[in-house]
Amino acid sequence: MEILTQTWPWYFSGFLIGVVMLLLNYFGKVFGMSSNLRTLCTIAGADKFADFFKFDWKAQRWNLAVLIGAMIGGFVAVHYMSNPANVAINPKTIEQLAALGIDAPNGKLAPQALFGNEIFKSPKIICILIVGGILIGFGSRYAGGCTSGHAISGLSNLQIPSLKAVIGFFVGGLIMAHFLFPLIF
Amino acid sequence: MHYIKYLLVGFLFGIVLTKSEAVSWYRIYEMFQFHSFHMYGIISVAIATGLIGLQIIKRNNVRDIDGNPIVIADKEKGSTRYWVGGLIFGLGWALVGACPGPIFILIGAGFWSVILILVGAMAGTFIFGLLKDKLPS
Repeated sequence: MEILTQTWPWYFSGFLIGVVMLLLNYFGKVFGMSSNLRTLCTIAGADKFADFFKFDWKAQRWNLAVLIGAMIGGFVAVHYMSNPANVAINPKTIEQLAALGIDAPNGKLAPQALFGNEIFKSPKIICILIVGGILIGFGSRYAGGCTSGHAISGLSNLQIPSLKAVIGFFVGGLIMAHFLFPLIF
Repeated sequence: MHYIKYLLVGFLFGIVLTKSEAVSWYRIYEMFQFHSFHMYGIISVAIATGLIGLQIIKRNNVRDIDGNPIVIADKEKGSTRYWVGGLIFGLGWALVGACPGPIFILIGAGFWSVILILVGAMAGTFIFGLLKDKLPS
């Protein structure tokens, strides 16, 4: 059972993510998770406000099925396939986070300081999560894809636009992690 | 029945992303600090696997499950949208440590605070929809 509960190695995980993409190609589809956000907006009635949301969302039901499957997968993996030795990040990172007041993983996927249920009492953390979401939603639609659509699907299909987007992802991420994050915390 | 195969692929995706810890805020932070090869390894191997698989598909004219040729549309031409959109996405990715796939996976796993990220992401998508025609491509 050790193989199921331990942190899966990068080469095994990366290979399986590639397989997920290829399976969807074999089903005649293209791997990309952020398109679901547009579908959900349309279902919620956004098509009354902007033409961008006027499309046949039912043709995207397959992607919503992928999404629901992923949610179930997350539930099963967290509740039945975890152990306290998981998320063994670099001790240097833990030390750096401690200085910012962020708790160490100890097997958890996300810090209590940012994702614990107490954050619902903190206007600051609520704002951080919502603003982060807005940047993700706006940026992925403007760039036409996210990590799955551009970094995995796009780069493996040798798409230059995806390379531009992925460089953008990392430049934005590095600016946030190195310059903005320490100012926010 | 038609949707079961998508549900199963999604299930595999959710398990792999959780067990590789690619859904972990800590792993994203560690990646952007260059403190670990883990995330870079996952992304590189995923791309390499996809690249090899797609080359096999193209060279052998492999057909999809319905017998149609597998054609993956090229991404639209453009520059500003990819650089700027990508940069904005990256700022959000590093701030909350989740991209769209992990947002849903984490909610499924019971991290209720991530619903706030989802609400924001839908709002961001909506704002894009309103401004789309005014933005440079």
